This record gives sequence, C-alpha cells and structure tokens, in this order.
Amino acid sequence: MKSLAILRIAFWALGRNKMRSALTMLGIIIGVSAVIALVSIGQGAQSMIQQQLESMGTNVLMVWPEDTRGSGGARRNSDDEGTLTAQDVIAIRSEVPLVTAASPIVNANGQLIFGNRNTYARVQGTSEEYPLVRDWEIAHGEFFTADDVAAAARVLVIGQEIVDEVFDGVDPVGQTVRLRNLPFRVIGVLASRGQSGMGQNQDDTVVTPYTTAQKKLLGQALPRVNQAMMKVVSQDAMPFAESQTINLIRQRHNIVPGMDPDDFAVGNMSEVADAAQETTFIMTLLLGSIAAISLVVGGIGIMNIMLVSVTERTREIGIRMAVGSRPGYIRLQFLSESIMLSLAGGLIGVVIGGGASTLISQFSTMSTVVSAGSVLLSFGFAAAVGIFFGYYPAHKAAGLDPIDALRYE
Amino acid sequence: MIGATLAGPEVRSTGEGDRAPVIQLDDVHKTYYMGADIQVHALRGISVQVEQGEFVAIMGRSGSGKSTMMNIVGCLDHPTKGRYLLDGVDVSTAPKAELADIRNRKVGFVFQSFNLVSRTSAIENVELPLIYAGVGSRERRRRAEEALEIVNLADKMKNMPNQLSGGQQQRVAIARALVNDPAIILADEPTGALDTRTAIELMGVFQDLNRERGMTIIIVTHEPDIAEFGKRVLLFGDGRIRKDYDQRQLEVLRKEHHMSELGGSAGSWMDDVHEEDAQ
Ligand SMILES: Nc1ncnc2c1ncn2[C@@H]1O[C@H](COP(=O)(O)OP(=O)(O)OP(=O)(O)O)[C@@H](O)[C@H]1O
Ligand SMILES: [Mg+2]
Repeated sequence: MKSLAILRIAFWALGRNKMRSALTMLGIIIGVSAVIALVSIGQGAQSMIQQQLESMGTNVLMVWPEDTRGSGGARRNSDDEGTLTAQDVIAIRSEVPLVTAASPIVNANGQLIFGNRNTYARVQGTSEEYPLVRDWEIAHGEFFTADDVAAAARVLVIGQEIVDEVFDGVDPVGQTVRLRNLPFRVIGVLASRGQSGMGQNQDDTVVTPYTTAQKKLLGQALPRVNQAMMKVVSQDAMPFAESQTINLIRQRHNIVPGMDPDDFAVGNMSEVADAAQETTFIMTLLLGSIAAISLVVGGIGIMNIMLVSVTERTREIGIRMAVGSRPGYIRLQFLSESIMLSLAGGLIGVVIGGGASTLISQFSTMSTVVSAGSVLLSFGFAAAVGIFFGYYPAHKAAGLDPIDALRYE
Repeated sequence: MIGATLAGPEVRSTGEGDRAPVIQLDDVHKTYYMGADIQVHALRGISVQVEQGEFVAIMGRSGSGKSTMMNIVGCLDHPTKGRYLLDGVDVSTAPKAELADIRNRKVGFVFQSFNLVSRTSAIENVELPLIYAGVGSRERRRRAEEALEIVNLADKMKNMPNQLSGGQQQRVAIARALVNDPAIILADEPTGALDTRTAIELMGVFQDLNRERGMTIIIVTHEPDIAEFGKRVLLFGDGRIRKDYDQRQLEVLRKEHHMSELGGSAGSWMDDVHEEDAQ
C-alpha cells in the first residue's frame, strides 16, 4: 500500500518534468536500441554462417594434396597437381568403415555455351556420391551414376544460377551444351543453395563425373584430384575417421610417420564452422559492448539529472520527512524514479532497436536476428544501470537532515 | 516588573491528573558544535510539561532557542542531553526511522514559510502524512477533505499552492498537521508571514481546534497579540525558560496591565527577561 503510493509519487514527479524525463530517457533509449540493433546484426551473421556451414555438412572430412617440394620430398611424379588420386578416395571409401560416402573433386572450370549465351562455370569433376556428401538435393532431372563415372560420360548437372543465366526459361534437362568446346548433355539441376559459409556462391556450380573431367576436360596424363570429401557417419566419429583416413593415405603414399612429411592435409567443416563462429561471436560481443558503453553514458545522464532533482527538491524532501516519511521511503521514491526512467527507456529502446534491425534486414543484404537473450540482456542491463546510477542520488536524498532540508532555499 | 512579582521563572509541577503529560522535557540541553572549539548552547536545561489540551504560546528574543526546542519536541532533532517523553514514551534516543514514524502519528507541524509541496494540489498536500501512515487512497481522500473542511478550505481543494493566498496556504498546512489526528500541533511562527488581520483569523482556527477538538497546540510567536491566544505563555531567554505564565496568572496580568492592549505593553514582558539577563 505504502510502496504503491510511493511509486505513484515517483511516477507523478517524472510526469511533472516531462521534457526532462524524456531527455534523460533518451540516453537509455539510444543505448538499448543500439545494443539490440547491433547485436542483432552480429547474431544474424552468426546464424547465417551457422546455417550455411550446416548445409555443407559439418561431418564432412576433407583431404587436400599438399606441396612437399619445399621440404625436399621427391616422391611426386607430377609437379602440377599433387599426389592425391581418385584411387585414394575409393580406398578410403571402402576401407574406412566410418565413411559413408566419398567423392573426389577435380576442378575443371571453363566456358559453358548454350545457343548464343555463355558463362564461365565453376566445374567440378566428382563421383556419383557427391549429392550424399554435400547433402545436396537434385531439384530437377537426375544426378549421374557410377556407370556414367566408369564410362567418363559427357553429362552435366548444373546449378540454379547457370540455369538462369544461359537457359532463359528453356528446360535445361536433356539439352546439349558446350563446355570447353565439347558437347555435354545436361541431365539434372542442383537445388538452389545461395552463398557458402565462406561467402562463395554455390549456385554457379556445374558437376560432371571426375573421370570425364580428368580425361576429357583436363586431359591429365596422371589422374589427380584437387580435393577429397568424405561423409562420416556422425559428428562424434569424426576424430576416429580422420585418424583412420590419415593412416590409410600414409600407407598408400609410403609415408613413414615422423620420418617423411605428409603430402596431404586433412580438415573438416566443423573446424571451419568453429572458427567462423568464434569470429562472429567476437564481432557480436564487440558491437554489443560498444553499444553498452552508450547505455552506461545514459546511466550517467540519469544520475546527473537525479542529483539535480534531489538538490532542487531538498525542501520537498524536508517536508516529506517532517510529516513522517522515513529516510527509506525517500530513498525508495528517488530510486523508483531512476528505475522507472531506465525501464521506460529500455522498453522504448527494445521497440526501436527491434524495429531498426527489421529495417536493416529488409533494406540491406545483412540478415539480423533479435533474440530473446539480447532483449532480456539489454533490458536487464538498463534496469541495472537505473539502480546503479540512481542509488547514489537516492541515498543522498535519504541522508538529508529534515531540519536542514526544510531550511534549504 | 509586576510580572516578576506575580510569577518568577518557574516550572510547572507534575500534572495533578492521573494521566501522563503529552510532553515532558527533563533538563534538556542542545549544543551545536561548529568546528573544533566553537560551541553554541541553544538550550541550557529546559524542563517543562505540557498536558493534553493545552494551548501554549512561546515567546522570547531571537536566538533564545525557541525553534531548537520545537524541533526537539517535534522529533526532528535529538537533545544533546536530557530526557524527552512524548505521550509517556522516551524518544530522546529513538533512531531516525522511528522518529519519522512518531512525527507521522503524534506530531503536526505548521511552519512560518507554509512548506507546502509545490505544484501539488491542496488536498494532495494534506494527504501526505496519510501516505506515510499507509492509509488507503480512498480513506486518504476522505480524511483530507474532512481536514480541509475543518480549516474552511474545502472549496479550494484542487488549487495548487501558488493559486492560494498566504493565509489559505497556512490553512492547508494546518489541515495537513491535523489530518493524522496527532497528539500535538507545533507551529513555529505560523503567522510570521501574514498580515495582522489574516494572522488573527488563522489564530481563530487554532483556537477552535483547541477548544472544540481538545488538541494540544504549541505556538511560537514574536507578537504579543498572537501570544494572547495562548492559555499558557512560556518566555524563553538564552536557552532557558525564563517565565511560565498559566491561565490564572495571565488573567491577573491582563487585568492589571490592560492586556487587551498587549501590543503596546508587551514590552514589559521582554523587559523582565532583559532585566534578568542583566543580573
Ligand atoms: N543548526 C545550527 N547550527 C548551529 N547553531 C544553531 C543551529 N540552529 C540554531 N543554532 C543556534 O542556536 C541558537 C538558538 O536558535 P533558535 O533557532 O532556536 O532561536 P529562536 O529562538 O528560534 O530564534 P528566532 O526567534 O529568531 O527564530 C541560536 O544562537 C542559533 O544561532
Ligand atoms: Mg525560530
């Protein structure tokens, strides 16, 4: 009852100085909305990267050939494409039980022509297990088969962007296109995927059997692959699958561990994901704390105004004490004023910050995520700022001597 | 001169009745310490008792300690030494929060400078003590209206202090002082800022409260014709009570000295004190 009446007094006192209250709140409003908007940008980036990395498959193991010439390795037969072969990939697939799908990647980019249109396509030679490894669906038509790989068939499965660029409304499946001046038949279209975790567009991909890429497009004397991708049965099995893969390749490449340097490197998407997550998290933290500084500045504004207010209302405080207000009630009254300011500012800030991040995501390429966490955090922080910066002025008011306060001019 | 023969400085004996006095001060001292060795002895041993229903006027030279005593009696301040019983309870050493509660329940203040909360309507000013007493809002409003009716200001309830004359503001202050039905109403120079006619009118309000409601009232004043409303007059000098005239003694004084024209002859009271100061 008493506290309620005191809260009402505090509310009324704020209403008496509307302009001042509004300006004081502005500091908190700007602080909270900045925190929410900036953190939403950071979290948006975080979740976008997360999504894309997940879409690439986090339990995918990757192997790259590595240049060992610098360290004196002399086993290399060809000096242009490294030592990793499709046979290595086939061996991994059959001998490492934790690997459920594997495909080599042979880069064979080139000009793709259909009718009078053409585009430079990112061509990858791979195996029939590519859709499994990449978790990539076929939107239309079909993917090539093991037979196509064995026969080095001139077939292509193309990305959505290639469809848009060169087919212009024509159904690409069944059409013949020219790639590096060779005729290829389009048999399928990959589902649209947007940018990869590293910001690379994936929809301009064109895939063909790796045998076709090696023999027909590149004309390699020794068949080499640029990369091998292995899908592992589960995230937990990754370390084990990795060590088995390493051992197998060393064995096949006659590498004695500790004696010879590896001519390959192993990595996986979750490592990339972790690194990317950490980077964006730090970015979010940085953005959030910069915004939080403005919230603290807003808090100092509250303290400043509350100190002025206590001085201005010394007489009123004296009167209240004379008619029986305990010091504690005075403290409560002034503390509630600053908390009300910060909470109201926080609330308005949440609305403005939320609105700002919606606008940002709509009118820019950035995606934003307003999480309950960031709302609660900034709102809670605003309340804490109100209490922290309101306490000293309130304490000062409560400590006034009633006689001195009554005499104050 | 004659006052001195009639009633020298004295302290009223303990109340004849069976109930305790509302106010009982026993050898109360108040010393202000300013800096290392500067001391101001504002009160040098005040012993006095005030019974329920008394109307006491306090006079005395400026700086004689009247306000200091009122502050102690009103529980705004602690005595440096001595004992103070309010309504039979020793409050000399009560902590701040408790003093606040006592002020809230037992004391009503009226100040020379009105001391209303600005930009707050008359009725809300009157409601203030009730808020801290924890009275619900509807009951608060009802009792505040009642108090404003008692001081004849019911029609100005919604006015802000700056929309009221000095006399009206002081009526609001009186309503605020009596709204909690306190044991005592303390008024330190309540008419000091008002013209004579308004002052007399306001004293009528105090008189009615005392006569019709039996409220205990203590008023500090410099004006003899205001002091005349008191049924008892305390004369302060140099931190002590120099004279304590009860109603009977005042009657005698009034007759012998034409106290109806006290305005002119009051100098004699002061002269007594001056004489004693000189001795
Ligand atoms: N807070 C204080 N600090 C120091 N000295 C004080 C304080 N309050 C009062 N005094 C001193 O105590 C003495 C009594 O003051 P008090 O206000 O009680 O006088 P008074 O009788 O009310 O005077 P007046 O008629 O002018 O109001 C004065 O000498 C005054 O200077
Ligand atoms: Mg005084």
